[in-house]
Amino acid sequence: MDRFSGNFDRFSDLFNPYDSNPTNANHAIGDFTKCTRKPLVMGSTVLGLEYQDGVMIAADTLGSWGQLARYRNESRIYPVGNFTVLGAAGDMSDFQHTKHMLDSLMIKEYYTNDDHVLSTPHIYEYLSRVLYHRRSKLDPLWNTYVVGGYNNGERFLGYVDLLGTTYQSSIVATGLGAYFAQPILRNAVEGREGILTEAEAIEILNTCMKILFYRECKTLNRIQRAKVTADGVEISEPYALPTEWSFGEGIRGFGTQTQ
Amino acid sequence: MGSFVRHTLTYPSYMKFFLVLVPCIITVLIMFRNQYDNDICTWSPQGRIHQIEYALEAVKQGSAAVGLRSKTHAILLVLKRSSGDLSSYQKKIIKIDDHIGIAIAGLTSDARVLSNFMRTQAMHSKMLYNRPLPVYRIVSAIGDKAQANTQHYGGRPYGVGLLIVGYDEKGPHLYEFAPSGNFFEYYAMSIGARSQSAKTYLEKHYELFADATLDELVRHGLHALRDTLQQDKEIDTQNCTVGVVGEDQKFETIEGDRLQRYLDLLDGGDTGQGGETVESMDTE
Repeated sequence: MDRFSGNFDRFSDLFNPYDSNPTNANHAIGDFTKCTRKPLVMGSTVLGLEYQDGVMIAADTLGSWGQLARYRNESRIYPVGNFTVLGAAGDMSDFQHTKHMLDSLMIKEYYTNDDHVLSTPHIYEYLSRVLYHRRSKLDPLWNTYVVGGYNNGERFLGYVDLLGTTYQSSIVATGLGAYFAQPILRNAVEGREGILTEAEAIEILNTCMKILFYRECKTLNRIQRAKVTADGVEISEPYALPTEWSFGEGIRGFGTQTQ
Repeated sequence: MGSFVRHTLTYPSYMKFFLVLVPCIITVLIMFRNQYDNDICTWSPQGRIHQIEYALEAVKQGSAAVGLRSKTHAILLVLKRSSGDLSSYQKKIIKIDDHIGIAIAGLTSDARVLSNFMRTQAMHSKMLYNRPLPVYRIVSAIGDKAQANTQHYGGRPYGVGLLIVGYDEKGPHLYEFAPSGNFFEYYAMSIGARSQSAKTYLEKHYELFADATLDELVRHGLHALRDTLQQDKEIDTQNCTVGVVGEDQKFETIEGDRLQRYLDLLDGGDTGQGGETVESMDTE
C-alpha cells in the first residue's frame, strides 16, 4: 500500500532524511495523527434493491480477518431511525464508529422536539458529507455503505463509499457483489421495481448471496435481510442459505482429488 | 429706581432666584432620572429591565409589517419608507432561503446581521442534510441569539422585530420575533408603527384566512396594512412589498408593477380611505 516513490525500495524507511512520507506525521512528540491505513476486520458484500413495498437489503454476517473467516456472527445491517436502514461493507470498527455517530445524530435531532425527523435522504446526505470530509483529511472511514429507506411513500436506495462517491439506484451492490450480483440484480429488478413482490425480492437476494458464497471466499452462507416499508424497518435474524456442493465431484482441481 | 439700576450693574436681585432655582432643578432631574436603565443587566425594583423595553420600543419606530397565513401559504406585507422625494424606499423584506423570508421593523442594520446568520443556518442545513431548515429551528436560533444579548453587561439587545414566514414539511408558518428573545407562532400578526390598527383588522377577520386563496390572503393583508397608514397617505406600487411562500411556491417578493394586480383587489383602493378603513375605524 506504499504509494510514495521515496519508499519504493524496502530500505528507504531506514534512511529517509526528509521523512517525505506524509503519513509519518509524528515529527514532534505528542503531535501525531492516527488514521486507518489498513483495514483489519472486513465485511464484504451488501446488496440492495427496490421492490413494490419499499426497499430490501441483504448482507452476510462474516467479519473477515484477512483471508481468515474470523467473526462469523457480525451483523452488518443497522437501523437508523424508524424508516432508514444502513448496510456496511469494509472495516467493521469504522462501521461501529458510524453507528455511534448516527445514533447520537438521531438523538440530537430529537432535542428540539418539533416533530421534524431526519428522513432517509437527509441521513444519506449527512453520511456522504462525513465520508467525504474524512477522506479529505486523509483519514477515511474505510467503508462502503448502502442506505435504504421508505419515507412518505417514496423508496430510497443509495450508495456511498470511503471517497464520498455517491449514487442512487434501484439496485445497489458493494464489494465483489458489484461484479457477481449486480448484473443479476439488473436483469431481475430494473424496470420492475413497482411490481416486484416481497417473495420475489427475497428470492432474488437469496440467489445472489448464494452465488457470492460460491464464488467469493470472504462471503458466508449465513445472511441477514432487512426491509423498509411503510410499516418501518424490519431486520431478519441471521439464517443459513442451503448450498449444493456435490457438483464439485465432476470438476477437475476441486477439493482433494488427485488426477 | 436708582438703587435698582445700581444693583443691576453689580448683582441683580433676580439672580438670587437663578442661584437657588437652577441647582434645585438639577437636583430634581437627578432624583427623577431613571437609575435602572443604564445597562442591560440591571433590574429595576419593579422587576423590569428597561433596556429590553426600550429595544421593544425601537421596533415600534419602524414602519409596519403584516404577516398572515392560510393552509397553503404564508405571506408578508410591508410599508416602506423613504427619507425624501429624492430617495429610494428602504427594503423591508429579505429572502433567507427558497422556503423562508422575513419582514423587518426597527433597525435595518441589526436585521441584516440577523438575516445573514439565518441565511448561514439555512445553507448549513442544505449542505449537511440536503434538507430545507424547519422554520421553528431558525426562529429559535435567533431567539437564543437575541436572548444572549439581554444578559451581558456592555451589550445591547437587537433593535429590530421580525416577522418570519416559511413553508416546511409541516406546512406554512408565521412567527414573530422580538428583541427580548421571545418568539411566537401566529395565524396573523403585525409589528411596527401603528401596527395596532392592522392587528385590529386581523383579529376581526383571521377566521377567514385558513381557507383563503392566495389572492384573498393578499387582499386581507393589504387591508390590514392600509389601516396603519397616516391620514394623507396611501399604499401604492412604490411603498409596498409583498412576500409570498407556500405549497409548491418558493419564497418571492412582489413589488413595483407586479403589485398593481393585488392593489386593484382593494376596496376603494385608489383613495386609501375605502370601506374597510372606515369599518376598522368603527372597531377601534
